[in-house]
Amino acid sequence: MAKQVVITGIGILSSIGKNLPETIESLLASRSGIGTLKHLNSPHQDEFPFAEVPYSNQDLLDIARLTDPSNYSRNTLLGMIAAGEAFQHARLDRLPRLKTGLISATTVGGMDRCELYFNDFLTNNSKNQYIDVYDCADSTERIANILNIRDYLTTISTACSSAANAILLGARMIRRGRLDRVVAGGTEALTSFHVNGFSALKILDKMPCRPFDANRNGITLGEGAAYLILESEEAAREGDREIFAELAGYGNACEAYHQTASTPDGKGALLAMERALNVSGLDPSAIDYINAHGTGTDNNDIAEGLAIERLFGEKIPFVSSTKPFTGHMTSAAGSAEAILSILCLTHRMILPNLNLKTPMPELHFTPVTELRKNTDVSLVMSNSFGFGGNNTSLIFRKSTD
Amino acid sequence: MAAYINGIGLISPQHTTDPALFLPDVMEYTADFLQVINPNYKEYIHPLAARRMSKLIKMGITSAKIAMADAGCQMPDAIITGTGLGSVEDTEKILTSMNAGEQLMNPTPFIQSTYNTISSQIAITLQCHNYNTTYVHRSFSFESALQDALLQCEEKVIKTALVGGIDEMTDNHLLITRRAGHWKMQPVNNLKLLSYQTPGALAGEGSAFFLLRDRHSPGDYGVLRDVKTFFRPKNLRITEQEISTFLSVNNLTVSQLDAVILGYNGDILFDTVYDQLGSGIFSNQQQIWYKHLCGEYYTSTGFAVWLAANILKHQYIPAAVKFNNQPVNPLRQILLYNQYRNTNHSLILISR
Repeated sequence: MAKQVVITGIGILSSIGKNLPETIESLLASRSGIGTLKHLNSPHQDEFPFAEVPYSNQDLLDIARLTDPSNYSRNTLLGMIAAGEAFQHARLDRLPRLKTGLISATTVGGMDRCELYFNDFLTNNSKNQYIDVYDCADSTERIANILNIRDYLTTISTACSSAANAILLGARMIRRGRLDRVVAGGTEALTSFHVNGFSALKILDKMPCRPFDANRNGITLGEGAAYLILESEEAAREGDREIFAELAGYGNACEAYHQTASTPDGKGALLAMERALNVSGLDPSAIDYINAHGTGTDNNDIAEGLAIERLFGEKIPFVSSTKPFTGHMTSAAGSAEAILSILCLTHRMILPNLNLKTPMPELHFTPVTELRKNTDVSLVMSNSFGFGGNNTSLIFRKSTD
Repeated sequence: MAAYINGIGLISPQHTTDPALFLPDVMEYTADFLQVINPNYKEYIHPLAARRMSKLIKMGITSAKIAMADAGCQMPDAIITGTGLGSVEDTEKILTSMNAGEQLMNPTPFIQSTYNTISSQIAITLQCHNYNTTYVHRSFSFESALQDALLQCEEKVIKTALVGGIDEMTDNHLLITRRAGHWKMQPVNNLKLLSYQTPGALAGEGSAFFLLRDRHSPGDYGVLRDVKTFFRPKNLRITEQEISTFLSVNNLTVSQLDAVILGYNGDILFDTVYDQLGSGIFSNQQQIWYKHLCGEYYTSTGFAVWLAANILKHQYIPAAVKFNNQPVNPLRQILLYNQYRNTNHSLILISR
């Protein structure tokens, strides 16, 4: 019998707040983090809005209470702060050690340092301390070091579904008894590398992103980090702690269609949602709210919207994309949106799909546009889809504790 | 829960692409790093598609196809890849154009620089909508992929998995990472790798794919029994404990191992770990090494699993990989132990 997986801690740092309380405050005020780029030096600064974390790397060092200037990438700093918050939120620092793992997701890794010093790397020895910071594993290993996690660590990169896949793996390892606790999530800093890349793909909106709007015109890139503490139910009972939600289901599917586009009818999205429901043993009608991937690109929102219609038929749950709050946090989006979904359970609310003015004529449903308070929410689904057609869907259940 | 190795595709600096052959000759190089022997990719990938692909992607798709054909499998239930560095060549293209102040980039290198490009390109090639993921954790990358596949067999959600480890090296990446002390400063002869006694490893590259099945079937090479990773052991005692715990979980002791594959890479600063185990707990075991044939790279254990699988299938240890000479027994249990810079350690157990 597979073990039940519950969530006992949350840590999040994004454009809408440097910790969980600030994040909740922004959500309740429907306050978006999208604005002008201040800390990343990019030629696209005036062309597109961004959801940048409003702190310099020095500020982040201070927030993380790190005194050594060392050679941290922005990615590592964001990750250390959010993972540290989740760890303390679950009070794991005060409990005896059970088998604990760290599964972290990123794609840009230490690219922010690498793109600054690439010329030095090629021509001189002045920036050698940043060479080993470049890869994806560096942030994971440094987070493992500060949290003293030794039993298992790995890093996942499946583009924009990365952090959802980290949660998925963590849940599977707990269910089979491989680990008792997992710190799972993702971290992604804005870099010129991927700002330029997304710009070259011509999928960045010049206005703040407008998911599911008829006039949507692309993504607004964001940054940040978000981690959840997953535990087996037995492990979670230790130490008189709060259980925030249960991870009831998960599913991953590959579209096998195109490296950067979804099938027009959202086949991969449908498969991922169906598989998550299958693992949970739930009927589609049980889902109260879908936190959609909803990037604001023409392609994603029609594919995801049609897949939702096919799966849920006449009884479509509340739907919204929260990317107009946080921007698209790419490899950290999966865990950030999992957290926002869980907050809907704990705070009895449905988050609005900001910036939606004109509903899409192709869809029969309209996402929620205003914050709905005092709404009972028992089951939420969180979708994350990435390049390579990598689609993951997670289902969280309100804790009965 | 174990999985059966039913098909293998390996592109490496040796002649390894034909699954019917087991190291018929050994390639000797004097080089800064060991480059793969490229097969004729056009036989595996449509030339129009191949033209846009970097070597990494071509290697990945081709070796995956070889493994699938070797196993006679049309559609795996999961595609799981590991790559320590992903697409180095495409990433460098972008950084070089950014360095030159160019703003309008061709999006192709950016799309391909994403780490899961190989696993998704394989999915597109096979039209496979099943579970698909990519691990990118230094020398845990391939091991994490194997662990995921074993877990899925245990969960009984898959019957087959296509699992691969892929990494490429470029001249620029060698130049850069040499500055950080990873590699030897001069070209070396790969077959004399241990004679230099200098810091730094000999770099390499390769792509190894395996078709794993949840049950025995004709043509199996061997059984992948278990995989374990451990991080920054405080001292050699801890490493020894990890090894003995791993074996005892699998109902084995060191004396029951018929061969031990060690990850010697020529770096005198870190090969000492193998020396100590080789003259310690493994002193009575047949020891095997392999990185003089493929070089050091984050997913080099893919080459080692290929080696172990073929040793079990052919019941023969090629002279070129023997580190010592112990009496030959029937070869049943092979343990692979690898570590990179005494930080990322892994154990892989393969049985007949």
